[in-house]
Amino acid sequence: MSGATPVGFRDRAREALADPTLREALLSIRRGWPHARARAIARLPEFDALRDHGRAIKDHVLAHLDLYLERFERAVTASGGSVHWARDAAEARRLVLEICKRAGARTVTKSKSMIAEEIDLNAWLEAHGIVPVETDLGEYIIQLAGQRPSHLVGPAVHMTREEITELFARHHGTPPSERAEELVAEARRVLRQRYLEADVGITGANFLIAESGSVITVTNEGNAELTHGLPRTQIVVASIEKIVPTMEEAFTLLRLLARSATGQEFSTYTTVVTGPRRAEDLDGPEAFHVVLLDNGRSGMIGGTLRSMLRCIRCGACLNHCPVYLAVGGHAYGSVYVGPMGAVLSPVLYGIETARALPEASSFCGRCEEVCPVRIPLPALLRYWREEAWRRQLAPPAARWGMRLWRHLALRPGLYRIASGVVARVLGLLAGRRGALRRLPLAGGWTGSRDLPAPEGATFTSLYRKGVR
Amino acid sequence: MAETRVALFVTCLVDLFRPSVGFAALELLERGGATVSVPDGQTCCGQPAYNSGDRETAVALARRMIALFEPFDYVVAPSGSCAAMLRHHYPGLFAGDPAMAERAEAVAAKTWELTAFLVDVLGIAAVDSIVEARATYHDACSGLRELGVRRQPRELLATVAGLELVELAEPESCCGFGGTFCVKYPGISTKMVEDKAADIEATGADLVLAGDLGCLLNIAGHLRRRGARVAVRHVAEVLAGRLDAPPIAAPRGSGR
Amino acid sequence: MNEAKSTIMERLRQALASEDAGEGRRRAVDARLARHEPVLVPARARVEGEARIALFTEMAEAVQTEVQRLDSFAEIATATARYLRRHNLPQKLVAAPDPLLDAAGWEKQPLLRVRRGNANPEDAVGMTLAFAGIAETGTLMLVSAPERPVMLAFLPETCIVVLPLSRLDGCYEESWARLRQQASQPPRAVNFVTGPSRTADIANTLTLGAHGPRRLFVLLVPDPEAQGPEPEGDA
Repeated sequence: MSGATPVGFRDRAREALADPTLREALLSIRRGWPHARARAIARLPEFDALRDHGRAIKDHVLAHLDLYLERFERAVTASGGSVHWARDAAEARRLVLEICKRAGARTVTKSKSMIAEEIDLNAWLEAHGIVPVETDLGEYIIQLAGQRPSHLVGPAVHMTREEITELFARHHGTPPSERAEELVAEARRVLRQRYLEADVGITGANFLIAESGSVITVTNEGNAELTHGLPRTQIVVASIEKIVPTMEEAFTLLRLLARSATGQEFSTYTTVVTGPRRAEDLDGPEAFHVVLLDNGRSGMIGGTLRSMLRCIRCGACLNHCPVYLAVGGHAYGSVYVGPMGAVLSPVLYGIETARALPEASSFCGRCEEVCPVRIPLPALLRYWREEAWRRQLAPPAARWGMRLWRHLALRPGLYRIASGVVARVLGLLAGRRGALRRLPLAGGWTGSRDLPAPEGATFTSLYRKGVR
Repeated sequence: MAETRVALFVTCLVDLFRPSVGFAALELLERGGATVSVPDGQTCCGQPAYNSGDRETAVALARRMIALFEPFDYVVAPSGSCAAMLRHHYPGLFAGDPAMAERAEAVAAKTWELTAFLVDVLGIAAVDSIVEARATYHDACSGLRELGVRRQPRELLATVAGLELVELAEPESCCGFGGTFCVKYPGISTKMVEDKAADIEATGADLVLAGDLGCLLNIAGHLRRRGARVAVRHVAEVLAGRLDAPPIAAPRGSGR
Repeated sequence: MNEAKSTIMERLRQALASEDAGEGRRRAVDARLARHEPVLVPARARVEGEARIALFTEMAEAVQTEVQRLDSFAEIATATARYLRRHNLPQKLVAAPDPLLDAAGWEKQPLLRVRRGNANPEDAVGMTLAFAGIAETGTLMLVSAPERPVMLAFLPETCIVVLPLSRLDGCYEESWARLRQQASQPPRAVNFVTGPSRTADIANTLTLGAHGPRRLFVLLVPDPEAQGPEPEGDA
């Protein structure tokens, strides 16, 4: 299911650009969510003020993360649950498996969790004889298709209805359903049975509440509620930065989340669960576990990347990113895609492996403009570019080119001569056409556009001659 | 009123590709009452190095430019991207060097994009130019998002006699230039400029304008390649009414 | 296992050491956790009375919730029977064992078969009682308890929620404040429900009833205390 790494970004991007089905899907994102978000924000004059609060809340938490994590653990324990700590993905996988084994689990239902993707939990459970069933419809579809999510909020946005029809018919052994409603009803029927059979329910968390040890999940389908409400054991896998002090702060962030993600005023289901079922309750799990994952995040706290830990996974930066909207999620070869993924992937895979992702940005700045917690994404991408440059990961030609350019740019006299020559030569080559169709070493430019010819003399030389 | 001494930061792309933009900027500033100098020894603000991760080179270039520009009241560039480099990114380059950081801050505080300077500092309400055209305007990313340049060019364009401005469906979408991005990821960049070109064509405009030469070279180069008959110019040329040079990427001797 | 915790904690403490080690940070955390003032409540949510009811209704209807206002608590059964008929559903439902719902006027609808308890997978219609309604976004706040099991609002295809008007708040924070007054710790589950279940995961087409209910019907009612089943009682 995983396999792909960010290394192949360039090739996958090329393939993606040539894929008409994908283009159609990406176009529907571009025409949908950004406009829905804009409309939702127009209805809430306080939105920008909420963004400032959102940022401040997350910054406060991150500056006190050790203390809040302790408080969270204490509160979970007090409510009858248990907290488990995982330094990395392998540790988290082992912890989840242990809990499943102790519960005698054969099947587990899962509600959409990026952390479960990050630790590649499904493959691990399968390898140990436990059947994981994704219940978020998008996740279910990509699980059947053996793929990775291509979007934070809509994991299967890249797939067409026809593809899903074919996939369901093959896996469910039913006559093909055509309409979206029929497909949804079919998945509902199949998955309903799975919920009832499951021994363990695994969910992610949108927020962890330090004051009460609560876990907040947000869905539109209601799958998280059935996942944590029906099996006898509930496991929450969450990364350490999901902590928020109190309910009031969580609900401030929730006012930002759905509007930024899908343009909804509020997601259909926001559920706050605290511990296992109480003595007289008629439903709810008997055991409640939270697995807290670090996986490189504690290393981000002390430096430039800290602000990335404010991320609430709304997907707005994806929906507004011209690069994401050109190539889609799978090109990234990472669990996390789009601008936020281009910042996080080097943390998870190493900059040597993920270098292509922070490079793949025109620095247009829309991601930062729409981020609900004001993460300076372009600055963080630049941080990784500097890291790559320091480690000399750029191709030699680029480094030598930069050195030559630097040599000239620091010496105005020389620069003037060189730029004068370039202006004249390009001007002559273009002749009366005013543009060049081809130029040696400039294929990157001239593949799809002419190179406009310089006017012939540089501004500096003309100005010196007294031209005005 | 005391003399307003403005340093015109020509920018490396204007210097090399399109001196007309520099002269148009010069004229607009002088018409607005500024005393304009073009400090000798300008090369590049260092943005290509900065965005490539070569911070050391960016710092070296920034040092030169700061020294060059600090004697003036204002620094004005016909480019949102270069102006934003000075205004937003220079101070951060000298994080460990308080003396230099202070000088960078001082230069940053007085650096402006051309149209914003004309409107917000010189208080120009109207330009005295005539350009018969149905034009559309692309908001170049850095000027728009780092400097908030959006209203100013439109206010001035509205006063150009004969000019009708039609908005793009997505004026704020990136054209795909992005400095070295366009040659590092030509495929993605092409997709972006194709979208931009389609948006431009859909307006029915015969002239497309922007405030950044990088974007304009990209847009003009692509429009030319697809055979579109839309002229491309820097907004300063139109505001100054200086259309003597042929449009960007257009054959020599062609009009408008 | 605790080795993992100590490693993570150690890394965090080292990274954060520069920002005021010692008691200052701890005090800041204690203060923050003890404080429960809302951070920012949108002006939209600061409405009272009829305006609040109108806002709730408007927001709920915008997300495909059906809202009906009743004159008395005892009309619930009749309104429910009519709703089921209108949607061609059998006159049968499972309702929360909450004693408050005893006063729903069941006796007026002898054909309506009502079971009190939790929902089973076979149940087509479930009814529960909201702890609060939130006008800001037309949201229901359901609070789990032995007499209000969670699955009533998730397993059946049709969910009916009774919302006494006295429990209609402007914003989420007001509802949390009320809950805090009643219990020092939150119950097992607090579900905020804004419309029926939905998905757009198939070809970006909005479809209702993904896993949870396909229909959500809210009955806005006066409190049973104010207009109880036996009006001749001690008033």
